[in-house]
Amino acid sequence: MTDSKYFTTTKKGEIFELKAELNSDKKEKKKEAVKKVIASMTVGKDVSALFPDVVNCMQTDNLELKKLVYLYLMNYAKSQPDMAIMAVNTFVKDCEDPNPLIRALAVRTMGCIRVDKITEYLCEPLRKCLKDEDPYVRKTAAVCVAKLHDINAQLVEDQGFLDTLKDLISDSNPMVVANAVAALSEIAESHPNSNLLDLNPQSINKLLTALNECTEWGQIFILDCLANYTPRDDRESQSICERVTPRLSHANSAVVLSAVKVLMKFMEMLPKDLDYYGTLLKKLAPPLVTLLSAEPELQYVALRNINLIVQKRPEILKHEMKVFFVKYNDPIYVKLEKLDIMIRLASQANIAQVLAELKEYATEVDVDFVRKAVRAIGRCAIKVEQSAERCVSTLLDLIQTKVNYVVQEAIVVIKDIFRKYPNKYESVIATLCENLDSLDEPEARAAMIWIVGEYAERIDNADELLESFLEGFHDESTQVQLQLLTAIVKLFLKKPTETQELVQQVLSLATQDSDNPDLRDRGYIYWRLLSTDPVAAKEVVLAEKPLISEETDLIEPTLLEELICHIGTLASVYHKPPSAFVEGSRGVMHKRLPARTGSGEGTECPDVGNAAGGSAPEAAPSIIPSQGDLLGDLLNLDLAPPTTTGPTPSTSGMQMGGMDLLGGGLDSLVGTMGAGFGAAPTVMPASLNAPVGGGLGDLFDLGGGVGMPMGAYIPPKTVWLPAMKAKGLEISGTFARRAGVIQMELVLTNKAMSVMTDFAIQFNRNSFGLAPAGPLQVLTPLGPNQTIEVSLPLSTVGPVMKMDPLNNLQVAVKNNIDVFYFSCQYPISMLFVEDGKMERQVFLATWKDIPNDNESQFQIQDCHLNSEAASNKLQGSNIFTIAKRTVEGQDMLYMSIKLSNGIWVLAELKVQAGNPNYTISLKCRAPEVSQCVFQCYEAVLKN
Amino acid sequence: MIGGLFIYNHKGEVLISRVYRDDIGRNAVDAFRVNVIHARQQVRSPVTNIARTSFFHVKRSNIWLAAVTKQNVNAAMVFEFLYKMCDVMASYFGKISEENIKNNFVLIYELLDEILDFGYPQNSETGSLKTFITQQGIKGQHQTKEEQSQITSQVTGQIGWRREGIKYRRNELFLDVLESVNLLMSPQGQVLSAHVSGRVVMKSYLSGMPECKFGMNDKIIIDKAGKGGVTNEAGKSDLGGGGSTSGKQSIAIDDCTFNQCVRLSKFDSERSISFIPPDGEYELMRYRTTKDIILPFRVIPLVREVGRTKLEVKVVIKSNFKPSLLAQKIEVRIPTPLNTSGVQVICMKGKAKYKASENAIVWKIKRMAGMKESQISAEIELLPTNDKKKWARPPISMNFEVPFAPSGLKVRYLKVFESKLNYSDHDVIKWVRYIGRSGIYETRC
Repeated sequence: MTDSKYFTTTKKGEIFELKAELNSDKKEKKKEAVKKVIASMTVGKDVSALFPDVVNCMQTDNLELKKLVYLYLMNYAKSQPDMAIMAVNTFVKDCEDPNPLIRALAVRTMGCIRVDKITEYLCEPLRKCLKDEDPYVRKTAAVCVAKLHDINAQLVEDQGFLDTLKDLISDSNPMVVANAVAALSEIAESHPNSNLLDLNPQSINKLLTALNECTEWGQIFILDCLANYTPRDDRESQSICERVTPRLSHANSAVVLSAVKVLMKFMEMLPKDLDYYGTLLKKLAPPLVTLLSAEPELQYVALRNINLIVQKRPEILKHEMKVFFVKYNDPIYVKLEKLDIMIRLASQANIAQVLAELKEYATEVDVDFVRKAVRAIGRCAIKVEQSAERCVSTLLDLIQTKVNYVVQEAIVVIKDIFRKYPNKYESVIATLCENLDSLDEPEARAAMIWIVGEYAERIDNADELLESFLEGFHDESTQVQLQLLTAIVKLFLKKPTETQELVQQVLSLATQDSDNPDLRDRGYIYWRLLSTDPVAAKEVVLAEKPLISEETDLIEPTLLEELICHIGTLASVYHKPPSAFVEGSRGVMHKRLPARTGSGEGTECPDVGNAAGGSAPEAAPSIIPSQGDLLGDLLNLDLAPPTTTGPTPSTSGMQMGGMDLLGGGLDSLVGTMGAGFGAAPTVMPASLNAPVGGGLGDLFDLGGGVGMPMGAYIPPKTVWLPAMKAKGLEISGTFARRAGVIQMELVLTNKAMSVMTDFAIQFNRNSFGLAPAGPLQVLTPLGPNQTIEVSLPLSTVGPVMKMDPLNNLQVAVKNNIDVFYFSCQYPISMLFVEDGKMERQVFLATWKDIPNDNESQFQIQDCHLNSEAASNKLQGSNIFTIAKRTVEGQDMLYMSIKLSNGIWVLAELKVQAGNPNYTISLKCRAPEVSQCVFQCYEAVLKN
Repeated sequence: MIGGLFIYNHKGEVLISRVYRDDIGRNAVDAFRVNVIHARQQVRSPVTNIARTSFFHVKRSNIWLAAVTKQNVNAAMVFEFLYKMCDVMASYFGKISEENIKNNFVLIYELLDEILDFGYPQNSETGSLKTFITQQGIKGQHQTKEEQSQITSQVTGQIGWRREGIKYRRNELFLDVLESVNLLMSPQGQVLSAHVSGRVVMKSYLSGMPECKFGMNDKIIIDKAGKGGVTNEAGKSDLGGGGSTSGKQSIAIDDCTFNQCVRLSKFDSERSISFIPPDGEYELMRYRTTKDIILPFRVIPLVREVGRTKLEVKVVIKSNFKPSLLAQKIEVRIPTPLNTSGVQVICMKGKAKYKASENAIVWKIKRMAGMKESQISAEIELLPTNDKKKWARPPISMNFEVPFAPSGLKVRYLKVFESKLNYSDHDVIKWVRYIGRSGIYETRC
């Protein structure tokens, strides 16, 4: 008998035909028709129109037909609640059927029908089924309570089902016990404070007994439930461990992992000097190793968990290095995880073997894997001192292969080796320098530059090398720019005579031509350091570096503890707490390991009692902010990307710096430089003077607001503060972005009778941290009927608070008369930074990565540009077109935007020739900016 | 728990879609297709998180099985369940293919309804499932009340894997010790890693509810027995599998796992393996050993690069077991560089061929006795390339089958007790067979 024919009907009058067949008198024909309906449902066709006809087939004694109808009901009942009522009678009747299979089927299906009206009718049959004489019906009813609770929690409590469910834990049938445990655990998760499971030594004993008798799945439910219990003392803990250890020999990996979870958790309570503690540690290793002979997907889950276990208790697997050696045909995800664990297990005892392996891996095909292997060699050098020499020579061998990514990766790790063992391996620098040209990745370039700067005194042509990087300074990534700046300053402090020009060049590039605040700040700091006290500069810049630690990527201890409590689950696979990927209240409570008792080893966690059953609500940890929190997101994003913030000084500091440099700063720079380097030749002041002076002039220009227009959209000026409201002062203005600097352009008009002086401006906290970067430059008093245009440069490092609308800005302006308040809205386009062009690959990955919920679509009406012109126009406002695709006469433009606080917005613009209406889809991790961004599109395109 | 289960064909069309939880919508079906099946870059993890929804997938030939959830589920359990699901389907209708799935979609829905309830796996033993779900529709409407309650008690019972009332005229059982021996050897002949993963597969055709006890030359038991003084169990009921009854020394088992029919607590306390077996074929146990492994073959590679366009390869294999035994299906796979233009092979025994599509020389020998050696030499011509990247030199791999257990495991006894029926251990006909196969048996060159 073949059922595939049901998938093939795609005729037009299909629904109508099916209707006729469903109402046929012949049983066989009816059944055939229902099968067709189910097939259509599977492939996603809407067959809800057939609801009454299908439900009519329900009253049958043919069990197969009945099951098919039930399947249909579960799918469509929600969309047709009134019709679904028709089915209730049959359900109630079926729950009384003499055949236990039918009783169970009815109660199982009824629980899946999420219609309020039906749930009411469900209660009585469910109550009966929970006490049914047949265990098959009881075990089905137990799960049904969880279903009902999911639909209507109150109802379940009111009807007393929870108590009945608790009684089932003492049922004589192990499967009923297992399902009851599963249902109760799930319900308890959404009631973190109720002591629903009520785990006590008696109930634990029952569970442990059932553990020996139930199915593999039941064992998992019970073990996962046990893991939530906190034993009262170490003796109870030990006795539970003793009864759980046999599970380590189960063929089902999930049973093994859940048992490992229970043991890892309860072990915390055992005194370390206990014999049993050592026995238990020994017993854990073999089953963990056996997990690695499972199917690859399970191996992956096991490896992610072993990674946690190795961090928590390295002693368990320290002798098992070999089993983590990569096999040639392991899937890539298994290979990468194994490599991770190999690094963690590397020690003096096994380093020779590990290194030989890593060297093999470095010649494999998969780029990610090879990179990780090269990096691992570096980690070994840092971790095991005795092996450092061999590691370095291995790395040098790899550099000789000239395979681009291998070389780059090797250089990155060698940098760390230099830091760990100063003055030991610098002889290899020459070899590294040979490969300068082949480095095209920021991390490798930055590492190489660091090496050149750090060892400038040993590299004869360090200045030439660094100069070669300087040529393309603005095309480099921030990481490289920062490194280059530091390296050249180091070089200057080491060889001041030959490198003055170089240092001036880089300082001016960093401070004047760059709009990256990090870079500018670091530039200014160096500049002022050098200008005020070169000796101090030497102390700061060439200070001894702290040694780097041996272990990297260690999971933060509290998170690790929580993850240990989640062994076997998704959390342990993602290495994230459940709250990071589970929605709603479920699973967000934090689990903790119990504290050791007994031998008085000082409690590791203060609230033992509280952690009982893992039910105490605890404050969310601050490490990983939940992504769903919108306000949190905005605030965090401002802090998160290293490109925008970092050690930035406060706003006022910025202003000070800027102002100071204009005045005394210059003199002091020139003056003290000469003084500080008494021995240095006197050419310096002169040579410093010219470019610096020029540069500062430029800087002044920017501040003065005569910047070059870059074709960016500037909205027309509007009146922000009418004269009536401000005792005669009228303020109108707009915002602009010129040469990477955000400016507020104000027109102040004095409509009063008296002269106005002493202007000052202040902003309230706002969504993007906008703040004045300098004082309001109204130098002359403003006479009656006089107008002055002022341009105020803004920075984005001010305090942040989410505003509504997002681009709202509250401003206070003060003059000699009073303080006035107004609010205005800035076009978000002025926050679009110049380096907002994303790499294609990154764009693709990001687009996929951002959840679909974050996508919003808008229409731009009446825009008569073609895609080319639109793209150019948008580019002027730092909206970068990354790719263009033409599909059926429709141009699809893919664009990226980066906001000053590091938020990326990705856009897809559909332009159809001859159609003035554009469609735009925006995707962003902080979807609330989408509306503002859309407004900018509209404004830019229409002007 | 599992929120939904989907089965797709290789094109990403849905063949089966069953949703168990309200938080999983129809769009999840598409999300997986778009982000995993149709993904431009091959997905690099069997667990994918898309828009806060987690997808677990396994692939069988060109069929994708995906389980979906929005909760923090037990990940190991989900994969175990997916494998089990494949086993159940395979035992009902054979190979998991698009055609078979479409042909049995009603059956699959029925199974999914039975083995997964609200996302919680339920009894998934084919033995008991087949008593009430069949390909010919559902049994059940014509059953007597006794039959019905028998089914339910079996599905939920302690011995869910065996039904009562099984009768055979001839009580017989077959024991297969199947081992796969894995090796990674350095070019110099140093063992980098070696282990045996073994399985004891049993086919039992026994009446009633027999109680079985299985014994092997496990070091821990032998040592225990030795200390205890007298035990003649071993001598009496030795099944003499490998042909050597002379006190073969015991082996150290690193770890073992058992079918769910085995009483684990008893194994933990007494290290005895006792169980009531399922009917028909099943895997009784799996084990792993790493010590004193008999490596049936040794591969000695010699690769010489002659200039930039030529490679000379010589490989010697030596068989290392009793001369009276014969190894079968021997295959040596010698990888060749991607830029190979031609290969000349000479071998003393068997047949060797260069397979361009597989980038390897494949050397096959039908049979080979123990303590022999054979050799192959090849000249590989290379096309000159300016590819900077060196050839990765994948290891030489080997396949074979030998009639003994490379771990040294021996079955000492398998006793059957059935108190209610009138047959005893002596009436049961028992067969034991040992097969050692190559797992990943590689020598680097």
